[in-house]
Amino acid sequence: MNEPSEVPIGTRKPAFKERGPELAVAALLMAIAALVIKDSLRVGIDWADDGPKAGYFPFFIGLLLLGSSATIFFSTLINWRKNQAEFAERDQMATVFAMLIPVTVYIAAMVWLGIYVPSALLIGYFMRRYGKFGWLPTVSVSLVVPVAFFIVFERWFLVPLPKGPIENLLGF
Amino acid sequence: MEEINNLMQGFSVAMTLPNLVYMLVGITLGILIGVLPGLGGANGIAILLPLTFSMNPTSAIIMLSCIYWGALFGGAITSILFNIPGEPWSVATTFDGYPMAQQGKAAQALTAAFTSSFVGALFAVALITFLAPVLAKFALHFGPAEYFAVQLLTFCSFVGMSKEPPAKVISSMMLGFALAAVGMDTVTGQLRMTYGFPELLKGFDFLIAVIGLFGIGEILLTMEEGLAFKGKSAKLNMRVVLQTWKELPRYWLTFLRSTAVGCWMGITPGGATPASFMSYGIARRMSKEPDSFGKGQIEGVLAPETAAHAAGTSALLPMLTLGIPGSPTAAVLLGGLMIWGLQPGPMLFVEHKDFVWGLIASMYLGNLVGLVVVLTTVPFWAAFLRIPFSVIAPVIVVICAVGAYTVHSSMFDVVMMLVFGIAGYLFKKLKYPMAPMVLALVLGDMAEASFRQSMLLSQGSLSIFWSNPLVGSISGLAILLLFWPLWSKAKDAMGHGK
Repeated sequence: MNEPSEVPIGTRKPAFKERGPELAVAALLMAIAALVIKDSLRVGIDWADDGPKAGYFPFFIGLLLLGSSATIFFSTLINWRKNQAEFAERDQMATVFAMLIPVTVYIAAMVWLGIYVPSALLIGYFMRRYGKFGWLPTVSVSLVVPVAFFIVFERWFLVPLPKGPIENLLGF
Repeated sequence: MEEINNLMQGFSVAMTLPNLVYMLVGITLGILIGVLPGLGGANGIAILLPLTFSMNPTSAIIMLSCIYWGALFGGAITSILFNIPGEPWSVATTFDGYPMAQQGKAAQALTAAFTSSFVGALFAVALITFLAPVLAKFALHFGPAEYFAVQLLTFCSFVGMSKEPPAKVISSMMLGFALAAVGMDTVTGQLRMTYGFPELLKGFDFLIAVIGLFGIGEILLTMEEGLAFKGKSAKLNMRVVLQTWKELPRYWLTFLRSTAVGCWMGITPGGATPASFMSYGIARRMSKEPDSFGKGQIEGVLAPETAAHAAGTSALLPMLTLGIPGSPTAAVLLGGLMIWGLQPGPMLFVEHKDFVWGLIASMYLGNLVGLVVVLTTVPFWAAFLRIPFSVIAPVIVVICAVGAYTVHSSMFDVVMMLVFGIAGYLFKKLKYPMAPMVLALVLGDMAEASFRQSMLLSQGSLSIFWSNPLVGSISGLAILLLFWPLWSKAKDAMGHGK
């Protein structure tokens, strides 16, 4: 994928280059490797009387992770100018965030409101915002799905899902 | 002949009415999962796994493995009718399947795809039936060093056989191992890498990782690719099915080749996706008219579907006999076995005969049921994809969140699911393979335990991995596969030098 694109620069919207995220992910992996190595050293990587200590195995894992991610990191740096591969178009990134942001809000809301109300809101939001549905289908789908989950999980399989103040008010 | 007797015994376990109902439910859910973007075999089973905790393990595995077969079948529907691969292993099916649909031959393409899936699976199950007991008996003599060597072989063959750059394969794998090591060390009881967070005591659950990586990650990718589902409609009637079946025996050689590729890639952890591409490539190269591929050649549907199904099925062989899954989905099933209190590996064949043979028998039945269901219900599934993505996407997110929560009834897991989802998106975009990470996360504790036991036996000397011909040849093969990319690179370089 390192071939430069055929279209000359300037004839279309500039896209995000792959090299930025590539470098960031490699750096993140290097940081994780450092955390692994640091904690392995803390619990001990040598031998105790009864065998290898707890850090013995993870230490090597950390070293290998550091080695491989550093390889990616530095080869990205070395080929920085040469690598013109694209990560995604700007519009594409926008649609990805159009999904990612509501989902993040959804999961944050779950902590306080339980799973049912945020689920209904998430489905409703998407249907109104991106599906351009009328209120009737929007409301009915976003109510039916959580209710179906309630019946299948809480009643049928007896698996409780997180509930919030509104469900408590309703007496569940 | 002992295998035949055991298999008959297995059929009597699998053929009970409740198990047949679970089979049908599993197949139906599986096709649905295969058709919907963002839900696939691995994360679909991961989401449903908590619901089976209270079930009898044999019924549970029958249902879950049928979800897997269903997902394998379902992937073909969207590839052929919509040019959208529902599963990564059906990407190669779009090459010729969609052109066939455009030419109005959707019904033939679907029949060919389903039938070849069935054939591939049937060969693979037959292989499991006769090879698994032998392999299990052989593996009974394995010590910790042999086990570690086999695990090493599994992971080295990822490096050797992946299309991705070795540094990325190793990074992804080591990240999996590192995440598996978080939490309490099973041998010394010491806490590792928790950095004071009580949520990390249990470590990272691979089910959460699978739901995030394959579920949320896939939804984000689908968002990016735009959401115009413009499909061809198809009606399958018996006449077309029979007509297509009449043509198929002509391609027996393609079937055999693809099955061989599939079984090989399934047992070694290549997996269904590379198997389908490889098989497609071979079929094109061997064909008398390679130019017709990509324009609606029926062989271009047969080859990848046969191989994908053969690989998907035979991935269960090392999972059952050695406790080493050949694919992420097999890894999830393995996790299920452990949750139900069954230790996968050779002892399974001795201690839980009913379970093993019931499962193997259910593979025959499940694939047959799957073929019938899928042939009769295609229009119904195609209708699912006409539901706008603005409805499907949030519903799938909700399903993933519910699935992640129910694994341990923990909100932290739901948050981790999102983190894994973002990681899955980035990994996919930057071409880090995800299967090695999932497998390392599942096998991490086991690999560490067998490594430490081997080290204890040898007093810390690595020579134990060469101490007898068996372990030596497994380790040797592992090292060979590990350096395979270097070797082929060197060969390339020499070739360019000339």
